[in-house]
Amino acid sequence: MARFRVNGTDQQLDIEDDMPLLWALRDELGLTGTKFGCGIAACGACTVHVNGTPVRSCVTPVSAVEGAEITTIEGLAVNAAEALTPVQQAWIDHQVPQCGYCQSGMIMAVSSLLASNPNPSDDEIDNSISNVCRCGTYPRVKAAIKSLATTA
Amino acid sequence: MKMNRRRFLLGTTVVGGGLLIGYASTRPSKHRLANDANQEPYLTTWLRIDPDNTVTVIVPHSEMGQGVHTALPMMAADEMDADWSKVKVEQAPATDLFANGVLVKGFIESMGVSIPGFLQGIASSATMKVAEIMNMQITGGSSSVRFTGEVGMRSAGAAAKEMLVKAAAARLGVAENELSTSLSYVHHEASGRSLSYGELATDAAQFEPSSEPTLKTPEQFTIMGKSIPRVDIPAKVDGSAQYGIDAQPQGLLYAAIKISPVFGNKLLSVNSEAVSGRRGVVKVVELEDAVAVVADNYWRAKQALAALDIQFETSESDSVSTESIFAQYDEALKGEVNEDVELGDTPAALSSAAKVFEASYRVPYLAHAAMEPMNCTVHFHDGKCDVWTGTQDNLGIRGQVASVAEMDENDVTLHSCYLGGGFGRRLPNTTDTIVQATKIAQHFDVPVKTLWSREDDMQQDYYRPAVTSQFRAGFDAQNNLIAWQNYYIGKNEPAEAAHTPYDIPNQSIAYADSPTHIRFGAWRSVAHSQHTFFMESFVDELAHQSGQNPYQFRLSMLASKPRHAAVLRAAAEKALWNQNLPEGHAQGIALQESFGSIVAQVAEVSIDRTGQVQVHRVTCAVDCGRSVNPDTVISQAESGIIFGLTAAIYGEITIKDGKVEQSNFTDYEMIRLKDSPQIDVVTVESGAAVGGLGEPATPPIAAAVANALYILTGQRVRELPLKNYRFNPAPVEQSA
Repeated sequence: MARFRVNGTDQQLDIEDDMPLLWALRDELGLTGTKFGCGIAACGACTVHVNGTPVRSCVTPVSAVEGAEITTIEGLAVNAAEALTPVQQAWIDHQVPQCGYCQSGMIMAVSSLLASNPNPSDDEIDNSISNVCRCGTYPRVKAAIKSLATTA
Repeated sequence: MKMNRRRFLLGTTVVGGGLLIGYASTRPSKHRLANDANQEPYLTTWLRIDPDNTVTVIVPHSEMGQGVHTALPMMAADEMDADWSKVKVEQAPATDLFANGVLVKGFIESMGVSIPGFLQGIASSATMKVAEIMNMQITGGSSSVRFTGEVGMRSAGAAAKEMLVKAAAARLGVAENELSTSLSYVHHEASGRSLSYGELATDAAQFEPSSEPTLKTPEQFTIMGKSIPRVDIPAKVDGSAQYGIDAQPQGLLYAAIKISPVFGNKLLSVNSEAVSGRRGVVKVVELEDAVAVVADNYWRAKQALAALDIQFETSESDSVSTESIFAQYDEALKGEVNEDVELGDTPAALSSAAKVFEASYRVPYLAHAAMEPMNCTVHFHDGKCDVWTGTQDNLGIRGQVASVAEMDENDVTLHSCYLGGGFGRRLPNTTDTIVQATKIAQHFDVPVKTLWSREDDMQQDYYRPAVTSQFRAGFDAQNNLIAWQNYYIGKNEPAEAAHTPYDIPNQSIAYADSPTHIRFGAWRSVAHSQHTFFMESFVDELAHQSGQNPYQFRLSMLASKPRHAAVLRAAAEKALWNQNLPEGHAQGIALQESFGSIVAQVAEVSIDRTGQVQVHRVTCAVDCGRSVNPDTVISQAESGIIFGLTAAIYGEITIKDGKVEQSNFTDYEMIRLKDSPQIDVVTVESGAAVGGLGEPATPPIAAAVANALYILTGQRVRELPLKNYRFNPAPVEQSA
C-alpha cells in the first residue's frame, strides 16, 4: 500500500512498491499533466515536487515517496492560492510553449529553482535546468526566468 | 451557391440563428495526385457567427506548436473586421466535410445546421476515397498559413463581411457604400446607428456569398501583422492541454509493445504463458512483427513485456551497418544517375575550367524524437470506433484505422488532440503505431492505449535518410564559378531541395537511388535539411578556394535573385559580419529558400577546451513575404534553428546488425538550455506571397556553423554530427 499526499489530497493506493511515481500519478490517479518523455530521468518531462524538491518521477518508485507531499503541475497554482503562479504567468507573457509537451516539467523545474534561488545567475540557470525541449523554446525559457528573477 | 472551376463559397443559417460560411477550393497541393482530374472542391474553412456576436473559426489543421490555431483565425477575423476578443477557435472534426466538399449529413446535423435543399442530395451520397482523405487536413510542408489561410480563411472572412453589410443595408434602408465595419459591428456613420454582427448574422445568411470577395490590402490589416498571444498557450502552462497520450476513456487498458529491432523481420516465437496471472496483465497480443502486452497500467504492461522471451526471424537485413550503407551509396554514385537539373554544358565547362574543385559530403540518419512518444488509443464498440491521437493529418489517420479495421470511415471518430511534437513524425504514411494500436484494440471492447517507450520511438522511427552528396565545380580564368556538378543519393521532397540558388551558367545535378531496409520519412524541412548543409558548405569551400569572402561570393551570384540577396544582406548586417568579433570567435553564413520563405543565418562560434564547438549567437534573417503573427515568426525561427543545431552537433542514428544503435536521450543527445545560443531574428517584409515558417529556419544552420568552424580551424566539416570531431584552433586568413 502506497500512501502520500498529492496536491493537498491524501492518497492511498494498492500498488506495487516499485511502480514509478509517474505511472501512479498518470494511470492510477488520472493526473496526466505530468508527462512521460524518456523513462530514464534524461529529459525532465516528468518533473514533480516531492516535499518541494524537483524529482524526476519516471525513476522514483512510490516506496521512496511514502508519506511525502507531492505537487504536480495541476496543483502548482492551487497551492499558491492563485489562478496561475508567477512562473506560469511569465510563460504566457513570454509565449514560451510551442508543442508544450515538455513545459509541465520545465515549469516545475524552474519553479523549484526560483523558490530556492530567487535571482539565479546565467550559469546557475544553465546548470540547474537540464530539461529537454524538442521545440527549442530555450531562448524564451531563459527570458521568462530572467523576468522573474529581476522582479523577485 | 456560386461556383466556378477554382473555388466557391457557401453560406447558410444555423439552427437558433446565425451564419455559417464555408470556403472550398481546388487548392494547389504538392500532395495532389496526378490522376485527380475531377477537380472536386475541398472545403478548407468554416466560420460561424452566432447571435451573441461571437465568431467561431473552425481550423482544419493540427496545432503542434507552430501557432496555426491562432494565425489562421487571425486571417479570417481581420478580413471580416471582427473583434478579436470575441473570436473563438475550434479544431475541425475529422470528417469528410473537410475532405472533399461533400457535406456529410451526420456532421451537418451535429453542428445544428439546417441543410439548404439543393445540398440534400449531395449529403446523402457522401463517398470517400483514401486519396482524398490523404489530401486534406494534412499539416505539413509549412502549408497551413500559405494555402488554407491566404486563400480559405481570408476569402471566407471577406465574404462574411460582405453578407453582413448587405444585411445591415437592408435592415437600415441605406446604401451599402454608406456603411463601414469594425470590431464586429456594422456602422452607419450618417445616422450614428450600429448593428452587431450577431444581430445581423441570421439575415446575412439569406444573401449569396460572393465567390470572389474583395480582400484587404496589407495597409488595411488590423489584426494580421500584430503579435497576438497564441490561443493554445494557457492550457500548456497548467497541465490541462490534452495530448494523445493523455486520453483516458472509461475502462482504459494499456499496451506496451516490442517490435522487431530489424525492420521487416517477423515474429518467430513468444512464451506468452510466462506472464499469465501476473498482476494487471490482461492479454498478450501477437502481431506480425511485434508482441504487445495489455494490462491495467502502462508500467505493469511494460514490466511484463520485459519478462517475455521474444524471438524474431532473421533476414539478410541483419548484416546491414552504417558502413555498409555508405559503401552502397558510393557504389551507386559510380553507376547510372538520374537527371535532376541540366543547364548549359557542364562536362565541357569543367574540362575547360581554369580550376576544378571536388568534395564529397555525407550526413547520417536522424530520428525525430518528438517529446511525446508515439501513441494511439482505440476503442471498438457497437460497430463503431473511437480514436485518440495527436496527428498531423486527422483524416488520414481516420482512414488508416478504418482501412485496418475494414470499417466505413464514417463509423470511425477521431478525437483531435494536441501533438507533443510533430516534425514530420506524425503523418499517416509514416506511423505504424496507428496500425498496431488498431490491431491490438480489435481484441477488446474496452479502449486500449498503445504507448511506445522512448526506446521504441527512437529505434522504430521513419528516419531522415542518410545521404551522400558529391560535388565538382569549376572556375574560369577570371575566377567566376562556371560549372556546378552535384550527384547525390535519393531524390525526396521537396523536388527543388538540391537546386542551387546561385547564378551558375552550367549545372548538372543528378541522383542515384540506393534503397536500404531502413525506413525513412519527412523530417522537419525534409530534403532541405541535408542539401542545404551540402550546398552551402561547398559554396563556402569554393569561396575560400578562390580567394573570395564567403558573404561577398554568395552575393555576387545572386544578381537575378533580389529577395535572396536582401535576406543575405540583412543577416550579415544584423550580425555585424566579421566586425569586432571576440578573440577565438568566428562567423559562418548560409542561405536557403524553402517552403516559400528565404532564410539566411550567421552563426558565431568558438572552440571550447575539449575541442567541441560552442555556438554563441545565431542571427537569422527571414523573408516569409509578410508576417501574419510576427511573434510566431520569431518563435518558429528560434525553434527551427535549435532543431537544426541539435542535428548538426549531436544528431546521429547509426545502424549495426540491421538495427538502430541509439535508444534514448543519453545516446541521442539534444541541445539543452546551457547549449542554447542567443538568437536574433530580423524579418524582411518583401510583400511577396506568404511563405511557410514551420520548417525554413532549420536548413541553413548546420552549414553556417560548419563554415564558421572552417575559419577557426582550417578544417572543413564534410560529415555530421560535430560531436564526432575534436577541433584544434588554427585560424584561416579570410579574404576581405
